[in-house]
Amino acid sequence: MPNVIEVENLTKTFGAVTAVDRVSFHVRRGEIFGFLGPNGAGKTTTTRMLTGVVPMDGGSVRIFGHDILKEPVQAKQRFGVVPETSNAYVELTAWQNLMLMGDLYGLDRTRAERRSRDLLETLGLYGRRDQKVQGYSKGMKQRLILAMALIHEPELLFLDEPTSGLDVQSTQMILVLLRDLNTDGTTIFLTTHNMEEANRLCDRIGIIRAGKIVAIDAPERLKTAIDRLHRLEVSFDRPVSADALAGLDGVVKADRTGDKWRIVTEDPDLAIRSLVAFSADCGAAILTLNTLAPSLDEAFLRLTGEERP
Amino acid sequence: MNPAAYGEQARRAWAIARKDIRVYYLKGPVLIFGIFMPVFLFLAFFLGGRDLPLAFLLSGLVGMTLFFTATAVSPAIFPWEGQARTLERLAASPVTIEAIVLGDMIASVLFGIGVTAVTILIAIGLGLPLLHGIVLGVSIPIAACCFSAIGMLLAVPPTNVPSNIMMLSTLLKFPLVFISGIFVPLEQMPAWGLMLAVCSPLTYFTDVVRYAFSGAHHFPVMVDIAALALFALVFTAAAMRLHRRSMPRRM
Repeated sequence: MPNVIEVENLTKTFGAVTAVDRVSFHVRRGEIFGFLGPNGAGKTTTTRMLTGVVPMDGGSVRIFGHDILKEPVQAKQRFGVVPETSNAYVELTAWQNLMLMGDLYGLDRTRAERRSRDLLETLGLYGRRDQKVQGYSKGMKQRLILAMALIHEPELLFLDEPTSGLDVQSTQMILVLLRDLNTDGTTIFLTTHNMEEANRLCDRIGIIRAGKIVAIDAPERLKTAIDRLHRLEVSFDRPVSADALAGLDGVVKADRTGDKWRIVTEDPDLAIRSLVAFSADCGAAILTLNTLAPSLDEAFLRLTGEERP
Repeated sequence: MNPAAYGEQARRAWAIARKDIRVYYLKGPVLIFGIFMPVFLFLAFFLGGRDLPLAFLLSGLVGMTLFFTATAVSPAIFPWEGQARTLERLAASPVTIEAIVLGDMIASVLFGIGVTAVTILIAIGLGLPLLHGIVLGVSIPIAACCFSAIGMLLAVPPTNVPSNIMMLSTLLKFPLVFISGIFVPLEQMPAWGLMLAVCSPLTYFTDVVRYAFSGAHHFPVMVDIAALALFALVFTAAAMRLHRRSMPRRM
Protein backbone atom coordinates (compact mmCIF):
# COMPACT_ATOMS: atom_id res chain seq x y z
CA MET A 1 0.00 0.00 0.00
CA PRO A 2 1.80 3.21 -1.12
CA ASN A 3 2.14 6.13 1.23
CA VAL A 4 -0.01 9.18 0.61
CA ILE A 5 1.64 11.35 3.26
CA GLU A 6 5.32 11.05 4.10
CA VAL A 7 6.62 13.22 6.93
CA GLU A 8 10.32 13.27 7.81
CA ASN A 9 11.77 15.13 10.79
CA LEU A 10 9.11 17.83 10.62
CA THR A 11 10.05 20.72 12.89
CA LYS A 12 8.45 24.04 13.76
CA THR A 13 9.59 26.56 16.31
CA PHE A 14 7.91 29.69 17.62
CA GLY A 15 10.68 31.74 19.21
CA ALA A 16 12.27 29.58 21.85
CA VAL A 17 9.43 27.06 21.84
CA THR A 18 9.70 23.97 19.65
CA ALA A 19 6.07 23.27 18.80
CA VAL A 20 6.82 20.29 16.55
CA ASP A 21 10.03 18.44 17.15
CA ARG A 22 11.41 16.20 14.37
CA VAL A 23 8.15 14.39 13.79
CA SER A 24 8.19 11.52 11.28
CA PHE A 25 5.35 9.28 10.16
CA HIS A 26 3.52 8.17 7.05
CA VAL A 27 -0.09 7.65 6.10
CA ARG A 28 -0.98 4.84 3.74
CA ARG A 29 -3.37 5.13 0.86
CA GLY A 30 -6.96 4.31 1.84
CA GLU A 31 -6.53 4.42 5.61
CA ILE A 32 -8.09 6.66 8.22
CA PHE A 33 -5.23 8.01 10.27
CA GLY A 34 -6.12 9.58 13.60
CA PHE A 35 -3.84 12.25 15.02
CA LEU A 36 -4.33 12.65 18.74
CA GLY A 37 -2.70 14.70 21.42
CA PRO A 38 -3.50 16.96 24.35
CA ASN A 39 -4.07 20.69 23.85
CA GLY A 40 -0.88 22.44 22.75
CA ALA A 41 0.83 19.19 21.77
CA GLY A 42 1.40 20.36 18.20
CA LYS A 43 -1.50 18.70 16.35
CA THR A 44 -2.87 21.76 14.60
CA THR A 45 0.60 23.12 13.82
CA THR A 46 1.53 19.78 12.27
CA THR A 47 -1.68 19.70 10.23
CA ARG A 48 -1.12 23.27 9.02
CA MET A 49 2.38 22.35 7.87
CA LEU A 50 1.08 19.23 6.12
CA THR A 51 -1.51 21.32 4.28
CA GLY A 52 1.00 24.01 3.32
CA VAL A 53 -0.67 26.76 5.33
CA VAL A 54 2.43 27.48 7.40
CA PRO A 55 6.00 26.70 6.37
CA MET A 56 8.11 24.26 8.33
CA ASP A 57 11.43 25.17 9.90
CA GLY A 58 12.93 21.77 9.21
CA GLY A 59 12.21 18.39 7.71
CA SER A 60 10.02 17.53 4.75
CA VAL A 61 6.43 16.70 3.86
CA ARG A 62 5.49 14.85 0.70
CA ILE A 63 1.87 14.51 -0.33
CA PHE A 64 1.34 12.00 -3.15
CA GLY A 65 5.07 12.40 -3.78
CA HIS A 66 4.86 16.19 -4.13
CA ASP A 67 7.04 18.19 -1.76
CA ILE A 68 4.67 20.63 -0.04
CA LEU A 69 7.27 23.41 -0.18
CA LYS A 70 8.49 22.88 -3.74
CA GLU A 71 5.24 21.83 -5.42
CA PRO A 72 2.52 23.21 -3.16
CA VAL A 73 -0.10 23.70 -5.86
CA GLN A 74 0.21 20.14 -7.20
CA ALA A 75 0.00 18.74 -3.67
CA LYS A 76 -2.95 20.93 -2.62
CA GLN A 77 -4.87 20.07 -5.78
CA ARG A 78 -5.17 16.50 -4.49
CA PHE A 79 -6.42 17.09 -0.97
CA GLY A 80 -9.25 18.87 0.79
CA VAL A 81 -9.08 20.55 4.19
CA VAL A 82 -11.69 20.90 6.90
CA PRO A 83 -10.16 23.24 9.50
CA GLU A 84 -11.13 23.39 13.15
CA THR A 85 -12.83 26.77 12.75
CA SER A 86 -15.43 27.22 10.06
CA ASN A 87 -13.96 29.47 7.40
CA ALA A 88 -16.60 29.73 4.73
CA TYR A 89 -17.31 33.25 3.46
CA VAL A 90 -20.26 34.24 5.63
CA GLU A 91 -21.28 37.04 3.24
CA LEU A 92 -21.79 34.49 0.47
CA THR A 93 -24.44 31.82 0.18
CA ALA A 94 -23.57 28.14 0.52
CA TRP A 95 -23.93 27.78 -3.25
CA GLN A 96 -21.61 30.74 -3.94
CA ASN A 97 -19.03 29.34 -1.52
CA LEU A 98 -19.10 26.02 -3.33
CA MET A 99 -18.83 27.66 -6.76
CA LEU A 100 -15.83 29.63 -5.49
CA MET A 101 -14.17 26.45 -4.30
CA GLY A 102 -14.96 24.80 -7.63
CA ASP A 103 -13.17 27.67 -9.39
CA LEU A 104 -10.20 27.54 -7.01
CA TYR A 105 -9.77 23.83 -7.73
CA GLY A 106 -10.14 24.34 -11.48
CA LEU A 107 -13.48 22.54 -11.91
CA ASP A 108 -15.62 23.39 -14.91
CA ARG A 109 -18.98 24.91 -14.04
CA THR A 110 -21.06 21.81 -14.93
CA ARG A 111 -19.03 19.53 -12.68
CA ALA A 112 -18.93 22.11 -9.87
CA GLU A 113 -22.73 22.46 -9.97
CA ARG A 114 -23.30 18.70 -10.04
CA ARG A 115 -20.91 18.12 -7.14
CA SER A 116 -22.39 21.00 -5.16
CA ARG A 117 -25.92 19.71 -5.60
CA ASP A 118 -24.93 16.17 -4.60
CA LEU A 119 -22.93 17.29 -1.56
CA LEU A 120 -25.55 19.73 -0.31
CA GLU A 121 -28.24 17.06 -0.64
CA THR A 122 -26.09 14.48 1.17
CA LEU A 123 -25.35 16.94 3.97
CA GLY A 124 -28.91 18.21 4.28
CA LEU A 125 -28.18 21.77 3.13
CA TYR A 126 -29.66 21.85 -0.36
CA GLY A 127 -32.83 23.61 0.78
CA ARG A 128 -30.72 26.39 2.35
CA ARG A 129 -28.25 26.70 -0.52
CA ASP A 130 -29.19 30.30 -1.37
CA GLN A 131 -29.05 31.55 2.21
CA LYS A 132 -26.02 33.54 3.33
CA VAL A 133 -23.75 31.47 5.56
CA GLN A 134 -23.89 34.05 8.36
CA GLY A 135 -27.40 32.74 9.13
CA TYR A 136 -26.22 29.13 9.49
CA SER A 137 -25.88 27.25 12.77
CA LYS A 138 -22.47 25.88 13.77
CA GLY A 139 -23.42 22.41 12.58
CA MET A 140 -24.59 23.72 9.22
CA LYS A 141 -21.37 25.72 8.79
CA GLN A 142 -19.30 22.64 9.60
CA ARG A 143 -21.26 20.56 7.10
CA LEU A 144 -20.77 23.28 4.50
CA ILE A 145 -16.99 23.42 4.95
CA LEU A 146 -16.92 19.64 4.62
CA ALA A 147 -18.79 20.03 1.33
CA MET A 148 -16.33 22.76 0.28
CA ALA A 149 -13.41 20.43 1.04
CA LEU A 150 -14.98 17.65 -1.02
CA ILE A 151 -16.04 19.65 -4.08
CA HIS A 152 -13.11 18.42 -6.18
CA GLU A 153 -13.39 14.78 -5.03
CA PRO A 154 -10.01 14.78 -3.27
CA GLU A 155 -8.07 11.58 -2.76
CA LEU A 156 -6.97 12.81 0.67
CA LEU A 157 -8.97 14.70 3.26
CA PHE A 158 -7.54 16.56 6.26
CA LEU A 159 -9.98 17.15 9.09
CA ASP A 160 -9.20 19.09 12.26
CA GLU A 161 -11.74 18.36 15.00
CA PRO A 162 -14.58 18.04 12.48
CA THR A 163 -17.29 17.24 15.02
CA SER A 164 -16.12 19.43 17.90
CA GLY A 165 -19.09 21.09 19.57
CA LEU A 166 -21.62 19.80 17.06
CA ASP A 167 -25.10 18.43 17.70
CA VAL A 168 -25.69 14.68 17.42
CA GLN A 169 -27.38 14.98 14.02
CA SER A 170 -24.49 16.88 12.40
CA THR A 171 -21.92 14.62 14.07
CA GLN A 172 -23.59 11.46 12.80
CA MET A 173 -24.03 12.90 9.32
CA ILE A 174 -20.33 13.80 9.14
CA LEU A 175 -19.13 10.47 10.54
CA VAL A 176 -21.31 8.46 8.15
CA LEU A 177 -20.01 10.53 5.23
CA LEU A 178 -16.40 10.01 6.33
CA ARG A 179 -16.91 6.26 6.50
CA ASP A 180 -18.52 6.23 3.06
CA LEU A 181 -15.70 8.34 1.62
CA ASN A 182 -13.12 6.01 3.08
CA THR A 183 -14.95 2.99 1.72
CA ASP A 184 -14.76 4.64 -1.70
CA GLY A 185 -10.99 5.00 -1.33
CA THR A 186 -10.45 8.45 0.19
CA THR A 187 -7.54 8.60 2.62
CA ILE A 188 -8.44 10.53 5.77
CA PHE A 189 -6.15 12.36 8.17
CA LEU A 190 -8.25 13.08 11.23
CA THR A 191 -7.15 15.29 14.10
CA THR A 192 -9.44 14.81 17.05
CA HIS A 193 -9.84 14.94 20.80
CA ASN A 194 -12.70 12.50 20.66
CA MET A 195 -11.35 9.06 21.63
CA GLU A 196 -14.58 7.30 20.82
CA GLU A 197 -14.57 8.83 17.35
CA ALA A 198 -10.92 7.86 16.82
CA ASN A 199 -11.54 4.37 18.16
CA ARG A 200 -14.50 3.79 15.85
CA LEU A 201 -13.09 5.37 12.71
CA CYS A 202 -9.33 5.05 12.58
CA ASP A 203 -7.19 2.28 11.14
CA ARG A 204 -4.12 3.74 12.84
CA ILE A 205 -3.55 6.42 15.40
CA GLY A 206 -0.56 8.66 15.97
CA ILE A 207 -0.24 10.27 19.38
CA ILE A 208 1.76 13.46 19.76
CA ARG A 209 2.93 14.90 23.06
CA ALA A 210 4.95 18.09 23.50
CA GLY A 211 5.71 18.17 19.79
CA LYS A 212 6.98 14.58 19.58
CA ILE A 213 5.27 11.45 18.33
CA VAL A 214 4.99 9.02 21.25
CA ALA A 215 3.09 6.19 19.56
CA ILE A 216 1.70 5.14 16.20
CA ASP A 217 -0.33 1.98 15.88
CA ALA A 218 -3.79 0.51 15.38
CA PRO A 219 -6.21 1.50 18.17
CA GLU A 220 -6.51 -2.03 19.54
CA ARG A 221 -2.76 -2.52 19.57
CA LEU A 222 -2.27 0.84 21.29
CA LYS A 223 -4.70 -0.19 23.99
CA THR A 224 -3.03 -3.51 24.64
CA ALA A 225 0.52 -2.22 24.27
CA ILE A 226 0.38 0.09 27.24
CA ASP A 227 0.13 -2.77 29.76
CA ARG A 228 2.48 -5.74 29.94
CA LEU A 229 -0.20 -7.62 31.87
CA HIS A 230 -3.69 -8.05 30.42
CA ARG A 231 -6.92 -9.08 32.03
CA LEU A 232 -9.57 -11.59 31.05
CA GLU A 233 -12.91 -12.24 32.66
CA VAL A 234 -14.40 -15.73 32.46
CA SER A 235 -17.36 -17.51 34.02
CA PHE A 236 -18.25 -21.22 34.04
CA ASP A 237 -21.51 -23.07 34.53
CA ARG A 238 -20.15 -24.80 37.64
CA PRO A 239 -17.58 -24.06 40.34
CA VAL A 240 -13.90 -24.52 39.42
CA SER A 241 -10.83 -24.37 41.64
CA ALA A 242 -8.67 -21.27 41.83
CA ASP A 243 -5.52 -23.37 41.91
CA ALA A 244 -6.50 -25.19 38.73
CA LEU A 245 -7.04 -21.88 36.92
CA ALA A 246 -3.88 -20.29 38.29
CA GLY A 247 -1.87 -23.28 37.08
CA LEU A 248 -2.96 -23.00 33.46
CA ASP A 249 -0.44 -22.02 30.79
CA GLY A 250 -0.37 -18.25 30.25
CA VAL A 251 -2.27 -17.48 33.45
CA VAL A 252 -0.36 -15.38 35.99
CA LYS A 253 -3.11 -14.97 38.51
CA ALA A 254 -6.79 -15.91 38.93
CA ASP A 255 -9.09 -14.01 41.32
CA ARG A 256 -12.74 -14.73 41.93
CA THR A 257 -15.08 -11.74 41.66
CA GLY A 258 -18.70 -12.74 42.27
CA ASP A 259 -19.62 -15.54 39.86
CA LYS A 260 -16.72 -14.68 37.52
CA TRP A 261 -12.97 -15.15 37.49
CA ARG A 262 -10.60 -12.28 36.78
CA ILE A 263 -7.54 -13.72 35.03
CA VAL A 264 -4.26 -11.81 34.76
CA THR A 265 -2.02 -12.85 31.86
CA GLU A 266 0.99 -11.75 29.88
CA ASP A 267 -0.27 -13.57 26.80
CA PRO A 268 -4.03 -13.28 26.29
CA ASP A 269 -3.99 -15.62 23.29
CA LEU A 270 -2.30 -18.46 25.22
CA ALA A 271 -4.49 -17.89 28.28
CA ILE A 272 -7.70 -18.08 26.25
CA ARG A 273 -6.56 -21.31 24.58
CA SER A 274 -5.73 -22.78 28.02
CA LEU A 275 -9.11 -21.75 29.43
CA VAL A 276 -10.95 -23.35 26.50
CA ALA A 277 -8.91 -26.54 26.89
CA PHE A 278 -9.51 -26.49 30.67
CA SER A 279 -13.24 -26.11 30.05
CA ALA A 280 -13.28 -29.16 27.81
CA ASP A 281 -11.11 -31.24 30.17
CA CYS A 282 -13.12 -30.66 33.34
CA GLY A 283 -16.52 -30.41 31.70
CA ALA A 284 -17.18 -26.87 32.92
CA ALA A 285 -18.81 -24.96 30.09
CA ILE A 286 -17.72 -21.37 29.54
CA LEU A 287 -20.66 -19.00 30.00
CA THR A 288 -18.85 -15.72 29.28
CA LEU A 289 -15.31 -14.83 28.24
CA ASN A 290 -14.22 -11.20 27.89
CA THR A 291 -10.87 -9.54 27.30
CA LEU A 292 -10.58 -6.45 29.48
CA ALA A 293 -8.30 -4.28 27.39
CA PRO A 294 -7.66 -0.70 28.50
CA SER A 295 -9.82 1.87 26.73
CA LEU A 296 -8.28 4.20 24.17
CA ASP A 297 -8.74 7.00 26.71
CA GLU A 298 -6.57 5.08 29.16
CA ALA A 299 -3.97 4.41 26.48
CA PHE A 300 -4.00 8.07 25.48
CA LEU A 301 -3.64 9.31 29.05
CA ARG A 302 -0.84 6.84 29.72
CA LEU A 303 1.04 7.68 26.53
CA THR A 304 0.68 11.42 26.88
CA GLY A 305 1.65 11.35 30.54
CA GLU A 306 -1.60 12.98 31.60
CA GLU A 307 -2.86 10.08 33.69
CA ARG A 308 -4.15 11.11 37.08
CA PRO A 309 -1.88 10.04 39.95
CA MET B 1 -4.57 20.15 -16.34
CA ASN B 2 -1.48 21.53 -14.65
CA PRO B 3 -2.88 23.50 -11.70
CA ALA B 4 0.36 25.46 -11.34
CA ALA B 5 0.36 26.71 -14.95
CA TYR B 6 0.10 30.48 -15.36
CA GLY B 7 -3.18 30.27 -17.28
CA GLU B 8 -4.79 28.09 -14.64
CA GLN B 9 -3.57 30.35 -11.82
CA ALA B 10 -4.88 33.41 -13.70
CA ARG B 11 -8.29 31.72 -13.94
CA ARG B 12 -8.25 31.11 -10.19
CA ALA B 13 -7.15 34.72 -9.58
CA TRP B 14 -10.24 35.81 -11.52
CA ALA B 15 -12.38 33.66 -9.19
CA ILE B 16 -10.80 35.44 -6.21
CA ALA B 17 -11.52 38.80 -7.84
CA ARG B 18 -15.20 37.88 -8.32
CA LYS B 19 -15.36 36.81 -4.69
CA ASP B 20 -13.78 40.10 -3.58
CA ILE B 21 -16.26 42.13 -5.60
CA ARG B 22 -19.20 40.23 -4.09
CA VAL B 23 -17.90 40.22 -0.53
CA TYR B 24 -16.08 43.54 -0.19
CA TYR B 25 -16.89 45.97 -3.01
CA LEU B 26 -20.61 45.72 -3.69
CA LYS B 27 -21.42 47.30 -0.34
CA GLY B 28 -23.23 50.58 0.13
CA PRO B 29 -20.60 52.17 2.39
CA VAL B 30 -17.76 51.18 0.06
CA LEU B 31 -19.47 52.61 -3.00
CA ILE B 32 -20.38 55.77 -1.12
CA PHE B 33 -16.80 56.17 0.10
CA GLY B 34 -15.40 55.58 -3.38
CA ILE B 35 -17.60 58.23 -4.97
CA PHE B 36 -18.09 60.82 -2.26
CA MET B 37 -14.60 61.04 -0.84
CA PRO B 38 -13.07 62.61 -4.00
CA VAL B 39 -16.15 64.76 -4.56
CA PHE B 40 -15.90 66.26 -1.08
CA LEU B 41 -12.18 66.89 -1.50
CA PHE B 42 -12.86 68.56 -4.83
CA LEU B 43 -15.63 70.71 -3.36
CA ALA B 44 -13.37 71.73 -0.50
CA PHE B 45 -10.93 73.22 -2.99
CA PHE B 46 -13.47 74.42 -5.55
CA LEU B 47 -15.50 76.33 -2.99
CA GLY B 48 -12.46 77.38 -1.04
CA GLY B 49 -11.84 80.40 -3.23
CA ARG B 50 -8.95 78.95 -5.18
CA ASP B 51 -8.60 80.66 -8.53
CA LEU B 52 -8.23 77.50 -10.58
CA PRO B 53 -10.11 76.63 -13.77
CA LEU B 54 -12.85 74.00 -13.66
CA ALA B 55 -11.00 71.85 -16.24
CA PHE B 56 -7.98 71.69 -13.94
CA LEU B 57 -10.03 70.74 -10.90
CA LEU B 58 -12.17 68.18 -12.72
CA SER B 59 -9.06 66.51 -14.11
CA GLY B 60 -7.73 66.35 -10.57
CA LEU B 61 -11.06 64.92 -9.44
CA VAL B 62 -10.80 62.08 -11.98
CA GLY B 63 -7.25 61.38 -10.82
CA MET B 64 -8.27 61.36 -7.18
CA THR B 65 -11.28 59.17 -7.87
CA LEU B 66 -9.21 56.44 -9.48
CA PHE B 67 -6.54 56.71 -6.82
CA PHE B 68 -8.93 56.59 -3.88
CA THR B 69 -11.19 53.88 -5.27
CA ALA B 70 -8.36 51.61 -6.42
CA THR B 71 -6.77 51.85 -2.98
CA ALA B 72 -9.96 52.05 -0.91
CA VAL B 73 -10.57 48.40 -0.08
CA SER B 74 -7.62 46.35 -1.30
CA PRO B 75 -5.30 47.16 1.65
CA ALA B 76 -7.85 45.77 4.11
CA ILE B 77 -8.73 42.52 2.35
CA PHE B 78 -5.77 40.52 3.66
CA PRO B 79 -6.35 41.65 7.28
CA TRP B 80 -10.10 40.99 6.98
CA GLU B 81 -9.52 37.55 5.57
CA GLY B 82 -6.87 36.81 8.16
CA GLN B 83 -9.30 37.79 10.90
CA ALA B 84 -12.14 35.71 9.44
CA ARG B 85 -9.80 32.75 8.80
CA THR B 86 -10.85 32.70 5.17
CA LEU B 87 -7.24 33.46 4.24
CA GLU B 88 -6.35 30.05 5.67
CA ARG B 89 -8.84 28.52 3.25
CA LEU B 90 -7.17 30.27 0.33
CA ALA B 91 -3.74 29.28 1.64
CA ALA B 92 -4.77 25.61 1.78
CA SER B 93 -6.22 25.66 -1.73
CA PRO B 94 -4.15 25.12 -4.90
CA VAL B 95 -3.65 28.83 -5.52
CA THR B 96 -0.32 30.62 -5.34
CA ILE B 97 0.14 33.74 -3.22
CA GLU B 98 0.79 35.61 -6.47
CA ALA B 99 -2.64 34.55 -7.73
CA ILE B 100 -4.29 35.71 -4.50
CA VAL B 101 -2.59 39.11 -4.82
CA LEU B 102 -3.50 39.27 -8.50
CA GLY B 103 -7.13 38.43 -7.71
CA ASP B 104 -7.33 41.20 -5.11
CA MET B 105 -5.73 43.58 -7.61
CA ILE B 106 -8.17 42.70 -10.39
CA ALA B 107 -11.15 43.45 -8.14
CA SER B 108 -9.60 46.73 -7.09
CA VAL B 109 -8.83 47.68 -10.72
CA LEU B 110 -12.40 46.96 -11.85
CA PHE B 111 -13.87 48.91 -8.94
CA GLY B 112 -11.55 51.83 -9.61
CA ILE B 113 -12.32 51.89 -13.33
CA GLY B 114 -16.07 51.60 -12.72
CA VAL B 115 -16.27 54.51 -10.28
CA THR B 116 -13.87 56.61 -12.36
CA ALA B 117 -16.07 56.10 -15.42
CA VAL B 118 -18.94 57.66 -13.45
CA THR B 119 -16.72 60.60 -12.51
CA ILE B 120 -15.69 61.09 -16.14
CA LEU B 121 -19.34 61.13 -17.18
CA ILE B 122 -20.00 63.79 -14.51
CA ALA B 123 -17.05 65.83 -15.81
CA ILE B 124 -18.37 65.58 -19.37
CA GLY B 125 -21.84 66.44 -18.04
CA LEU B 126 -20.41 69.60 -16.49
CA GLY B 127 -19.30 70.65 -19.95
CA LEU B 128 -15.71 69.49 -19.95
CA PRO B 129 -14.77 68.30 -23.46
CA LEU B 130 -12.97 64.95 -23.77
CA LEU B 131 -10.27 65.76 -26.33
CA HIS B 132 -8.15 62.61 -26.18
CA GLY B 133 -10.42 59.72 -25.24
CA ILE B 134 -8.09 56.98 -26.48
CA VAL B 135 -5.18 58.27 -24.40
CA LEU B 136 -7.45 58.38 -21.37
CA GLY B 137 -8.82 54.91 -22.17
CA VAL B 138 -5.30 53.47 -22.30
CA SER B 139 -3.97 55.24 -19.24
CA ILE B 140 -6.88 54.51 -16.87
CA PRO B 141 -6.36 50.68 -16.73
CA ILE B 142 -2.59 51.13 -16.38
CA ALA B 143 -3.04 53.66 -13.60
CA ALA B 144 -5.68 51.46 -11.96
CA CYS B 145 -3.18 48.57 -11.91
CA CYS B 146 -0.55 50.87 -10.45
CA PHE B 147 -2.83 52.21 -7.70
CA SER B 148 -4.24 48.81 -6.80
CA ALA B 149 -0.65 47.54 -6.50
CA ILE B 150 -0.05 50.40 -4.05
CA GLY B 151 -3.10 49.15 -2.16
CA MET B 152 -1.61 45.66 -2.05
CA LEU B 153 1.72 47.05 -0.84
CA LEU B 154 -0.11 48.78 2.00
CA ALA B 155 -1.57 45.38 2.94
CA VAL B 156 1.88 43.78 3.36
CA PRO B 157 2.36 44.32 7.13
CA PRO B 158 1.18 41.01 8.61
CA THR B 159 -1.52 42.36 10.88
CA ASN B 160 -5.03 40.98 10.97
CA VAL B 161 -6.42 44.23 12.37
CA PRO B 162 -7.88 46.17 9.40
CA SER B 163 -7.90 49.51 11.26
CA ASN B 164 -4.09 49.39 11.56
CA ILE B 165 -3.77 49.05 7.81
CA MET B 166 -6.40 51.70 7.08
CA MET B 167 -4.52 54.15 9.29
CA LEU B 168 -1.28 53.45 7.42
CA SER B 169 -3.14 53.74 4.15
CA THR B 170 -4.55 57.17 5.04
CA LEU B 171 -1.13 58.35 6.17
CA LEU B 172 0.29 57.57 2.76
CA LYS B 173 -2.60 58.47 0.48
CA PHE B 174 -3.35 62.02 1.60
CA PRO B 175 0.19 63.39 1.33
CA LEU B 176 0.44 61.74 -2.08
CA VAL B 177 -2.63 63.65 -3.27
CA PHE B 178 -1.09 66.95 -2.22
CA ILE B 179 2.23 66.40 -4.00
CA SER B 180 0.76 65.10 -7.26
CA GLY B 181 -0.34 68.26 -9.00
CA ILE B 182 -4.02 67.80 -8.22
CA PHE B 183 -4.63 71.01 -6.31
CA VAL B 184 -1.45 72.86 -7.20
CA PRO B 185 -0.37 72.77 -10.89
CA LEU B 186 3.09 71.29 -11.37
CA GLU B 187 4.16 74.51 -13.05
CA GLN B 188 3.47 76.44 -9.82
CA MET B 189 5.29 74.01 -7.56
CA PRO B 190 8.62 74.88 -5.97
CA ALA B 191 11.61 72.80 -7.04
CA TRP B 192 11.44 70.57 -3.97
CA GLY B 193 7.73 70.01 -4.59
CA LEU B 194 8.41 69.01 -8.17
CA MET B 195 11.06 66.59 -7.01
CA LEU B 196 8.50 64.92 -4.77
CA ALA B 197 5.88 65.03 -7.52
CA VAL B 198 7.95 63.04 -10.01
CA CYS B 199 8.19 60.24 -7.42
CA SER B 200 4.39 59.93 -7.25
CA PRO B 201 2.59 57.82 -9.87
CA LEU B 202 -0.51 59.91 -9.27
CA THR B 203 1.33 62.89 -10.81
CA TYR B 204 1.60 61.14 -14.17
CA PHE B 205 -2.01 60.03 -14.17
CA THR B 206 -3.25 63.50 -13.26
CA ASP B 207 -1.06 64.93 -16.02
CA VAL B 208 -2.45 62.54 -18.61
CA VAL B 209 -6.06 63.18 -17.53
CA ARG B 210 -5.42 66.92 -17.83
CA TYR B 211 -4.09 66.34 -21.33
CA ALA B 212 -7.14 64.25 -22.23
CA PHE B 213 -9.56 66.98 -21.12
CA SER B 214 -7.70 70.21 -21.87
CA GLY B 215 -4.75 69.37 -24.09
CA ALA B 216 -2.36 70.86 -21.48
CA HIS B 217 0.29 68.70 -19.89
CA HIS B 218 3.57 68.97 -18.02
CA PHE B 219 5.29 65.77 -19.18
CA PRO B 220 5.07 64.22 -22.66
CA VAL B 221 2.06 61.86 -22.73
CA MET B 222 4.21 58.83 -23.57
CA VAL B 223 6.38 59.60 -20.54
CA ASP B 224 3.26 59.72 -18.36
CA ILE B 225 2.02 56.37 -19.65
CA ALA B 226 5.46 54.73 -19.52
CA ALA B 227 6.00 55.98 -15.97
CA LEU B 228 2.62 54.61 -14.89
CA ALA B 229 3.37 51.26 -16.52
CA LEU B 230 6.79 51.10 -14.86
CA PHE B 231 5.35 51.97 -11.45
CA ALA B 232 2.62 49.35 -11.99
CA LEU B 233 5.13 46.63 -12.82
CA VAL B 234 7.51 47.45 -9.98
CA PHE B 235 4.74 47.80 -7.37
CA THR B 236 3.01 44.61 -8.50
CA ALA B 237 6.22 42.59 -8.40
CA ALA B 238 7.10 44.07 -5.00
CA ALA B 239 3.61 43.37 -3.62
CA MET B 240 3.73 39.73 -4.72
CA ARG B 241 7.22 39.22 -3.34
CA LEU B 242 6.50 40.90 -0.02
CA HIS B 243 3.18 39.09 0.46
CA ARG B 244 4.93 35.77 -0.13
CA ARG B 245 7.22 36.72 2.74
CA SER B 246 4.56 38.06 5.13
CA MET B 247 1.80 35.52 4.45
CA PRO B 248 3.04 32.82 6.89
CA ARG B 249 3.12 35.41 9.69
CA ARG B 250 -0.61 36.06 9.23
CA MET B 251 -1.53 32.43 9.88
